[in-house]
Amino acid sequence: MNSTTLLVFDALLLISIVCLAWASLASSDIRRGVILFMAFGLLLAVAWSRLQAPDVALAEAAIGAGLSGALLLSAVRREPDGVSRTGGTAGLNLEKSRFHLTLKWIVTLLCTALAITLGWAYLHALGLGPHDGLPRAITENLETSGVSNPVTAVLLNFRAWDTLLELAVLLTAALGILALGKDSPAYRPAGVVYEGLIRWLVPLLILTAGYLLWVGAHAPGGAFQAGATLAAAGVVLRLAGRHRIGLPAGTRLNTLMAAGVGVFLLIGLALLLTGRPFLGYPPALAGVLILVIETAAMLAIAATLVLAFAGGRPQIDVHSSTAGKLDASATSGPGPARPAVASETTDHCKPGQKPC
Amino acid sequence: MLTAQWLYGLAGCLVIGIGLGNALLGSSLLKRVLAINVMGAGVFMLLIAVAYRGPDLNPDPVPHALVLTGIVVAVSATALALALARRLDREQCDG
Repeated sequence: MNSTTLLVFDALLLISIVCLAWASLASSDIRRGVILFMAFGLLLAVAWSRLQAPDVALAEAAIGAGLSGALLLSAVRREPDGVSRTGGTAGLNLEKSRFHLTLKWIVTLLCTALAITLGWAYLHALGLGPHDGLPRAITENLETSGVSNPVTAVLLNFRAWDTLLELAVLLTAALGILALGKDSPAYRPAGVVYEGLIRWLVPLLILTAGYLLWVGAHAPGGAFQAGATLAAAGVVLRLAGRHRIGLPAGTRLNTLMAAGVGVFLLIGLALLLTGRPFLGYPPALAGVLILVIETAAMLAIAATLVLAFAGGRPQIDVHSSTAGKLDASATSGPGPARPAVASETTDHCKPGQKPC
Repeated sequence: MLTAQWLYGLAGCLVIGIGLGNALLGSSLLKRVLAINVMGAGVFMLLIAVAYRGPDLNPDPVPHALVLTGIVVAVSATALALALARRLDREQCDG
């Protein structure tokens, strides 16, 4: 492909990306905004494969566009009119709305100034030429890292600390979600077509996750992409009305979510005992250790993301009879269309109460 | 300096500006969460553009690893923010 064609492609792609970002936030209907945001994420994935970042493109398509979109859509689902109640500015009187207009102009002006300054600083930094110290050090030490994909080497060997702390952030978010309350109401059982689809889709997603985990050692892929793909299987199952989403109950779920940080820490401490630095793998064992850590991280990421999509710990005690019925209806073929298990509006807002 | 590098970097700056403005002015919590996600995407775009070395050279893997970490942290933060917003809705309904 010659450079002019490529330039036209870049220009079209970037115009679409910026316009989608604008449109998703300017839309007054939040549902439309979220769907445009997902399209924005998919185009970002295209842009990043264009910039030779296939690892990041995979993660963006799976997490940035897919799971973030699913999380946001399930949040919109609870608001039938598409307008959030919290923090709404509908009740402002005229005087306040004038103040709001001034504020809007000031913020817009400041944000434009910030974007221009950032762009100027970026172009200035580019003019200084590339810094090759770090990439060269990585290329030189890649052989001792146990993997041949430089991104996986940075994530799980050279900068393993960052990934350990990232998994700790994920665990903290999971604890926060668990502490904040119960899961959102279940979806109605799937119809014939969707039921047929998930019988193909879920095994395929699990297989893809395993492949991505394994291939991450020497090609684009790894624990994050694999974990997100596995979580997508959970999202598909929950959308089909499976209440438990294949998650284990109680303590086993907690263990699964803590597995990423736990295995990482145990390996680091074991290495300390053998006289090596914390997370300084011996080159002969590095490949195996990285695979073990990545497997635990994948399971923890998948469990946390599915939990986040459910919005809390699946209520096994309350809904166990319903969940059993759903599973039974799934094995014996889909029954007649049933109303949703818990109506969205009556679950948390009692009718007759103040409008909220 | 590569044309693609500055084109993508400047688009990243623009997306950051759009996201920040809407995060500050957003009319609802959900919209603000969405805007922060857009802003994060702009930051990632800037980092990936910095890492690009042209079609013949391998890109710098360090910013790529940073962005991968960033994507997972962003989705955790989004999930927590949405759980908080949900709880806030419920408190207001019950209270």
